Amino acid sequence: MTSTNPTLDLAGGATAPPAGRRPAKRSSYRAAETRRKWYEIIGLTTPAVIVYVMFVLVPIGFAFYYSLFRWRGVGPPTDYVGFDNYVLAFQDPIFLDALRNNAIIVFGSLLIQGPIALGVALLLNRSFRGRTLFRLLAFVPYVLAEVTVGIMWKLLLSDAGTLNALMEAVGLGGLVQAWLADLDIVIWTLLFVLTWKYVGFAIILLLAGLSNVPQELNEAAAIDGASWWQTQRHITLPLLGPTIRIWMFLSMIGSLQVFDIIWVTSVPAVRSLGASATMATYMVDNGFFARLWGYGNAVAVILFVISFVAALIFQRFLLRRDIQGAVTGRAK
Amino acid sequence: MTANAMQSSSVNRRPITWSSPLTYALALAVAAVSITPVVYVVIGGFRTTPQIVADPAGLPSPWVWDNYARVLTQSNFWQQTFNSGVIALGTTLGVVLLGVSAAFVLARYTFRGREVLYTFFTLGLLFPAGAAILPLYLMLRDLNLINSYYAVILPQVAFQLPLTVVILRPFLSAIPRELEDAAAIDGTGRIGFLWRIVLPLSRPALVTVGILAFVASWNAFLLPLLVLGDASLHTLPLGVQNFSSQYTSDTAGILAFTSLAMLPALLFFTFAEKQIVGGLQGAVKG
Repeated sequence: MTSTNPTLDLAGGATAPPAGRRPAKRSSYRAAETRRKWYEIIGLTTPAVIVYVMFVLVPIGFAFYYSLFRWRGVGPPTDYVGFDNYVLAFQDPIFLDALRNNAIIVFGSLLIQGPIALGVALLLNRSFRGRTLFRLLAFVPYVLAEVTVGIMWKLLLSDAGTLNALMEAVGLGGLVQAWLADLDIVIWTLLFVLTWKYVGFAIILLLAGLSNVPQELNEAAAIDGASWWQTQRHITLPLLGPTIRIWMFLSMIGSLQVFDIIWVTSVPAVRSLGASATMATYMVDNGFFARLWGYGNAVAVILFVISFVAALIFQRFLLRRDIQGAVTGRAK
Repeated sequence: MTANAMQSSSVNRRPITWSSPLTYALALAVAAVSITPVVYVVIGGFRTTPQIVADPAGLPSPWVWDNYARVLTQSNFWQQTFNSGVIALGTTLGVVLLGVSAAFVLARYTFRGREVLYTFFTLGLLFPAGAAILPLYLMLRDLNLINSYYAVILPQVAFQLPLTVVILRPFLSAIPRELEDAAAIDGTGRIGFLWRIVLPLSRPALVTVGILAFVASWNAFLLPLLVLGDASLHTLPLGVQNFSSQYTSDTAGILAFTSLAMLPALLFFTFAEKQIVGGLQGAVKG
């Protein structure tokens, strides 16, 4: 590139009239400009690409490799077992319990949080005095760390905890439960805690989406005599569609990998019986703490594949329109 | 019709409407569900464990400051707060720096493979980062990074990059082309344009992604749990968890520690709430 440009320039100067030099000069300038552009592109994106590849993509590749071995994590893996670890996982009733629990959390979160968040977001989108304060209060659970939320509810819901004592005090003693120890109840208790923690996230997203709904539309509807409820039902909700779908997507991915609150709130004994295990807690229990690294990595791959397939299906059928709109609508 | 319209619009404008009793009742119910458990924990920290055992739902009588004092003076609370702070600040700085460079290229340069690169980053939103935690641990172990701040900071930056790029790109694209041309006429290159015009203009978006990264890092549990075995490096979530499993009988102490651990996040969010909601508006635009 560098050697051809001067030649071109010279040739242009020799054969063409003086004005003919200009395109040649411009093209050499353009080449230098293109080169500089590529230096900038590469220089600016490389750090992000390296960090991203190294700490997000490479580990997933390694997970698949390690999953083919029986390996305790010391020295290089040598005991190749093929897909045995995967077969073992699907034969373990505890892992199947974990799968069931994840399914409960995914669908439970969508079905319970969605309507609640929609109602609260519509409520907090109305203009009334003190709205800012109420919004802040509604977001509190979402801001708190999962660990503090888990420990808090663990204390409140333990056998001799506050909830049971309160129920005794108001005469509901008959309904007292071992909320976190009863193997049939614990997953539903955890679903409640997760709902309490994450409904605020849905509310934040929906409020952000609501503030994009032009006020003029609501006013126009009001002029036409639509009631507040009719306005929400026929104007606001349809316009919120993209936000709702994005929330559903994020909620689903989050529910599939849920770890912190489960780990902290339910005791290891209950978890190890499968009653409150999720794929992620099962993976960490077996892979990290029991040092079955090959097996743990097989669980990681299963978790990854399930999430990825779910994400692709969701993407294919629900999200595509939204993402296209977001990208093309804004880039122009 | 006109009267109706007048009435409706005046109803919409007024901060207090005829339906306000119901609105307030519902809003109060939402607030109560959200913060009652938190208030209980904070107040519980002012009681003694025997008080709590005797009457779990009572008020402190008398108010005891000892639990909070004990946590602040005897536990590793300050060390853990410091560790959390260093890691969260490092993560935020890394995410903003790498995220804005990548998003700038994806938003303001036209080149072959741009959309491929963008899709490549958005892929990270499609699967859970937690799934790769075991091989990540093994990799960090082989790199001799276990038990260092980097073992948490570097992966957290990587986890947060996809969301950051997705939020920043439309924001940077929306900066008018004329500004770039004007900068070029004044002899400023694209890097100068990034530095002098894009960065100041996109501060709201940068603050948003910064806050999201900071809060995610401050609250993180799984990654620190695996890679920070050394107690002197423990972050606040690890500290709270350890304290609660180490002193199971000290309920009041656990409540006090938990309250103190909540405080920074609550304060931080109170100041930043507007920014978060405002910054997300661009991201959820359909």
